[in-house]
Formats: sequence, structure tokens, C-alpha cells
Amino acid sequence: MNGSWRNWVLFALAVAVVLGAIYFPFLKRKLKTTAKVVQPSEEQVRRELTQPILQSSSDPIVKARMFWISGDDESALAGTNVELALSKDPVLRSKQVLNTLLAGPVDSDLRTLPPDAALLAFYVLPDGTGIADFSDALATSTPSGIQSEQLAVDSIVRTLEANVPQVRRLKILIHGQELDTLAGHVDLTQYFVVNSKAPQPVSGPLGLPAKPPAASLPAPAGGTTAKAPHR
Amino acid sequence: MHNSNRRLLFRIILILPAIALLAAIPFLVSNAQSPQQPASTAQQPGAPVTAPPYPTIPAPAPQRTGLNIVVIDPAHGGTDPGARGAQGIRENDLVMDLTVQVRRALEANGFQVLQTRSGNENPSFDDRSTMANAQRGAVFITLHISSTGLPGTVRVYTLPDSAATVATGGILSWDRAQAPYITLSRKFADAVQGELAQHFKGSPNNSQSASIRQLRTTAAPAIAVELSSVSVQDRADLDRMMPGVADAIARGVASFRPSYVLPGEAGAQP
Repeated sequence: MNGSWRNWVLFALAVAVVLGAIYFPFLKRKLKTTAKVVQPSEEQVRRELTQPILQSSSDPIVKARMFWISGDDESALAGTNVELALSKDPVLRSKQVLNTLLAGPVDSDLRTLPPDAALLAFYVLPDGTGIADFSDALATSTPSGIQSEQLAVDSIVRTLEANVPQVRRLKILIHGQELDTLAGHVDLTQYFVVNSKAPQPVSGPLGLPAKPPAASLPAPAGGTTAKAPHR
Repeated sequence: MHNSNRRLLFRIILILPAIALLAAIPFLVSNAQSPQQPASTAQQPGAPVTAPPYPTIPAPAPQRTGLNIVVIDPAHGGTDPGARGAQGIRENDLVMDLTVQVRRALEANGFQVLQTRSGNENPSFDDRSTMANAQRGAVFITLHISSTGLPGTVRVYTLPDSAATVATGGILSWDRAQAPYITLSRKFADAVQGELAQHFKGSPNNSQSASIRQLRTTAAPAIAVELSSVSVQDRADLDRMMPGVADAIARGVASFRPSYVLPGEAGAQP
């Protein structure tokens, strides 16, 4: 009796060891997957660190005009009024409207910018040049093509034009760098005219801005430096 | 004095005046002609000046550089597949097939055709532009298939008018090579778009503008043609469009030909 009981216990232990050995690789894989999900990417961390509080209770609620794809014509943009608490400061205001643009319309089919793209930084130089620094996803997730890329850029430009009159022209950077094109077609080495009639501040000698632009261009986190416009 | 020396002296005396006479002939001839010249160019007092009072070389008759060469640019290539559809349709593969058909249609209309690439390589934007910039009397057409847009439609693009600003000083920078050609490019694009709109329902009647990198460095009338789209369920839908697109492009180029006068040429009115 005792001998047979011992055998059963040994058998059960052996089965447990075998089952454990089989289950172990699955458990290991599952742990790795979970760790990946939990661990934020470098870009997410930077986004959280650099993202200022965009709205304050003192900001008045106004009707901001956002430009997404038209419901009637997928090759055109249409303006939509959205009630937003917008700051009077052009930099903060630009960030507020661009983040709303990135969030997209109610109908996600009408969005112009990819859902995973984010605005990393926005600056306005003394000469009225706005510099919008977007995450890599703007370049990698915007559908490649002349029409789709131009609609993406136009939606950014027209939204700024409608809501931030202080921005004269716009330079789009991707992760702090100037790219040749957005996704193979539309030229990102150029400036895009936003408000050509925006008041220009007093220039320094030789037409240079009175204050050096570098002062308002801090290097973003992550070791990359914002490339100053050269044209 | 020996006889031989005398003969030599005699010969020298004869030869020297002959040489002097020969040397003087051009002067004599020009002096003989010059009195007539003032008579031919003389202006009546008070009459409008019709010719400068000095000899001139007749100006060559104004020559128009005809449109002879069409540079076709199959976009992307190599490691850059361009737009990709959910069904695995790749822009890079399609534009090569489209190029073959456009080339055939243009050659049938008597145009010489050059391609920026003929295999699966990916020349730089500048290398592609260089091929057109090295020609005289060329137009440039870059071919694309989009990711979006109403399937079965075709759009033609040029750079926006804001790109037409040329730096003063007469030097045209490579980065702004398209600037003097914007108006011509728009005429060219409208001609091609008009033909395409007749064939492909839903396509716009007029060309559109977009900040296309490839066009910016091209010193010739330059357009981009984009078909919609790689999102179709069956590649055959796009294959069926190609002969019509090729034919419309060839007809558009032919109809643009008479208005092709390059900036800086006699009679140019870009």
C-alpha cells in the first residue's frame, strides 16, 4: 500500500514537472509582451514631459475653425467650428488648435492627420515664422501620395491661418529634423504661407529678426536639436 | 659688280614694289568702299532712326524652340515602393507599366521620349530633374498612383503660383529651377487635365497645385499626374485605366505644343 502510494506521488510530481516545463516558455513570452505594453516608448515619455498644460480656466471659450476632409468631396477640406478654450498667446493657441486637429473629427474617416501622430513642440520666431515639430508618425503614417500629403499640410496651414493670425508662415519639422518630403511627395524643405498679412515685427540690421531665433528654440529632449530654418 | 649680283639687285628692285602693291590692296579696296557707306546709312534730318550708323550683323530670325522631348519620370523605385494598398498593390510596379504605355502613345505622336529610370532603381530627385534640365525643348511628366482619392480618377498637379518668385540678380538657383516655368507648367497641366477629365468621370476639369518636391528643381514645364488609387480591390482596375491615361497625356502634350515658348526666347510670354 505504502509503496503504491509513493509511486502515485512520484508520478504526480513528474507530471507537474513536465507540465511546468511545457508552460514555462509560454509564461516567459506572456511576461515579455506585458512588459512591452507597460513600458512607454522614448517618444511617449518625451511627449509627456514636454506637453504643457494647454488649457487654463482663464482661457475664453471661442469657436475655433478646424479643417478636416470634406464629407462631400474627399479631395477637399471643409471648415468645421469647434468650441475650444483658446489662449491669447500665439504659441499656446497654436498648440491648442493643432492638438485638436490631430485628435480628429467625430467621423474618423474625415481626419487629415494620422491618429498616432503628435505635436512635439511649437515655436513662433520673432519674424512670425511658426515651427511645428511633429512626431515621426506624421511622416510614417500619412498615406503616401500627392493628394493625401497635400491635404495633411493644407489642414495644418489653414487651421493655423483661421485661428492664429500672428503666424505668417510655417515650417514643419519631423522629430526636430527637416525632411525632404512628408511621405515621398510634398516638399517639407519649404515654408508654407499661413497669414501673409500678419504684422511683421521690427527687424534688426540686414533684415534679421531683432532677437536671435535660437533663444526661442530650445533643444527638445532626447538629444536631438531643432534645426533652424535656413531659407 | 658681278653680273650675277646685278641680276639679283634687279630682281629685288622688281619684287619689292610688287610685294608693297599686294600689301596695299586691302587698304585700297576698303578706302574705295567706305565713301559709299555713309550714303547707304545716311538719315534724313528729322527722320526716325531706322538703323545704327555702324556696320551691323543681321540679327537671326526669331527661333522658337519647339517641344521635341518629353521626359517621363516613373516615381519612386528601388527601396522606395511609394504608395501601398491593402491588397499588396505597389505604386512602384504600376508606374513602370504606365510609363511604357505613355511612352508608346507619345512616340506615336512623334515625340522623343526619355525616362528618368527604366529599371527598379531610385534616382534622387535632383538626378531625375537633371535629365530634363539638360535638354532644350523638353517637358517633364512625373507619374504617380495615390493612396487616396476616388478610384478611377486622375489629377494633374503643378507647383503653386507662390513658387514663381525668382531671386533678383538674374541667377536662377537650382532649388528654384521651376520658378520661371510655373505659368507654362500650369498651361501644360490644364491641357493634360482637360483631356483626362473627358475620359475619367469624377476627375477635375482643371489642374491643381501642390508643393511637390520633384517639380521644384525641374527647369522645364513640369507636371505630376496621379491616378487613384492603390486602394482598389483589383489591380486590373488600374491596368484598365492606363491606355486611356497614356492617350490623354499624349493628346495633352500635342495640344500644348503650339504654346511652348521658353522664358527668355523671342516672343515668350509666360
